Amino acid sequence: MIFASMKKNGAILTAFALVTTGSVALVQQLTAPRIEAQEKNHLMQTLTQVIPTSKYNNQLYLDCVESSAPELGPNGPHRIYRAKLDEKPVALLVQHITPEGYSGNINILTAVYNNASIAGVRITQHKETPGLGDKVEIKKADWVLSFNGQQVTSENDSRFNVKKDGGEFDQFTGATITPRAVVKSVRAATWYAHQNFDALFAQDNLCQQETL
Amino acid sequence: MSEFKTLAHEGLWKNNAALVQLLGLCPLLAVTSTVTNALGLGIATLLVLVGSNVTVSVVRNWVPKDIRIPVFVMIIAAFVTIIELLMNAFTFGLYQSLGIFIPLIVTNCAIIGRAEAYASKNSPLLSAWDGIMMGLGFAAVLVILGAMREVIGQGTLFDGAELLLGEWATALRISIIDFDNQFLVAILPPGAFLGLGLIIAVKNYFDERKKAQAQPDPSPEKAPRARVTSLT
Repeated sequence: MIFASMKKNGAILTAFALVTTGSVALVQQLTAPRIEAQEKNHLMQTLTQVIPTSKYNNQLYLDCVESSAPELGPNGPHRIYRAKLDEKPVALLVQHITPEGYSGNINILTAVYNNASIAGVRITQHKETPGLGDKVEIKKADWVLSFNGQQVTSENDSRFNVKKDGGEFDQFTGATITPRAVVKSVRAATWYAHQNFDALFAQDNLCQQETL
Repeated sequence: MSEFKTLAHEGLWKNNAALVQLLGLCPLLAVTSTVTNALGLGIATLLVLVGSNVTVSVVRNWVPKDIRIPVFVMIIAAFVTIIELLMNAFTFGLYQSLGIFIPLIVTNCAIIGRAEAYASKNSPLLSAWDGIMMGLGFAAVLVILGAMREVIGQGTLFDGAELLLGEWATALRISIIDFDNQFLVAILPPGAFLGLGLIIAVKNYFDERKKAQAQPDPSPEKAPRARVTSLT
C-alpha cells in the first residue's frame, strides 16, 4: 500500500513540477528578447555617457575584446569596448572592478584615449553606504565628473589619489575608502589601457555577433 | 459580516501580514528605503500572493495532504520566477534597484502561510480575494514605511518613481526637506526596524482604544496571539 501511495504522490509531484517549470520556461522564452534588449539598452546608455558621441562613429557594443589583466581587478575577464572614428582607434572603454570599496566590489567603466587621458568614468554597480559612499554615483553627486580630461602620466601618478593621500581628488566627508578605491582603480585601468592600447585594438573583435 | 468583508478586515488590519503576523520581514525591512522600491515590491508580492492563492485553491482537491507543502512551494516559486522575469523585461530600472529581493519573495512566509491556512480550504474566488486583501495590507505597510524612511532620510517622496511607472512619473517626485547630508539612520536597516516598531505601536494604540470603548470594564487578559496557520 505504501508503494501505491508513493507512486501516486510521486506522479502528482512530477506533474506539478512539469507544469510549473514548463510555465516558467514559457515566460522565459517570451521575455528573453525583451530582457536582452533592455540590458543592451542599459549598456549603450552607460557607454555613451563616458565618451562624447562626436568622437567616434562605430557601434560600441559591437566592438569589444576581453582581458583578465590584474590591473582591472578580480572576477575577470573584463570587457573592453573599442571606440573608433572611421576605423581609426580613438578610445578604449574599460570595464573594471575594485574590491577595495567599503562593502563589496565596485564596478567601474572608464573611457581612455590613446594618450592616457580620461574621457569619462561611471560607477556601474556598487553596494556602498547610502548617503556617504554612494556619492560616487552620478545620480547622487558630480564627483565622478572630476575625472574628465585628467591624464595619467605614470603607473604611480601621485595626483591620482584622494586629497587626504596627497592627490587631487576630493574625498567625501565621512567616506574616504570609497573614493580612494575608485581613484586607484581608475588610475590602474587607465594606465593598463594606455600601455596596451595598440595591442588591444589589434585583437579580434568578440562582440561582432551580438544583435540588438 | 459577510465572508468578503471579514477577509478584507483580516488582511488589511486585524491579521495584517506585516504588522500582526510579522511575516516577510526580510524584504520588508530591506527594500523600504524609498516609496518607489516599497511600492514595487508590494505590487510584486501582491501579484504572487493572488496567483499562488488562486492556483492552490484550484488544485486543492487533487493534492494529497502529505505532499501539499512541496506542491505549494513549487507553485509559489514558479510565480515568483515569472514575476521576476516580467519585471526584468518591463521595469528594468526597478528590477535593478530591487535586486535580490524579488527572488526572496519566495521565502516570504505570508505567501505559503495563506496558501496553507486559507487557499487550500476555500474556493478560488474567496482565495483570490484573500490574496488581494493580504497583499494590499502588506503593500500598504511597505509603502507607509517607505514613505517614512524616504522623507526622514532623503527629504523626498517618490524619488525614482519613473523606474516603476514610466517617464511621466518623474513629475511625481516631491522634495519636502533639503538636507546637506542625508539622515543615515532612516535609510540604513536600523531605521526600518524603528519605523516598523512605531507603525505596530500606532496600530496597537488604535486597537486598545477601540477595545476600551467597547468594554469599559477592562479585565486583565492574555495578550492576543497572531494565528498564522490553523491545524489540519
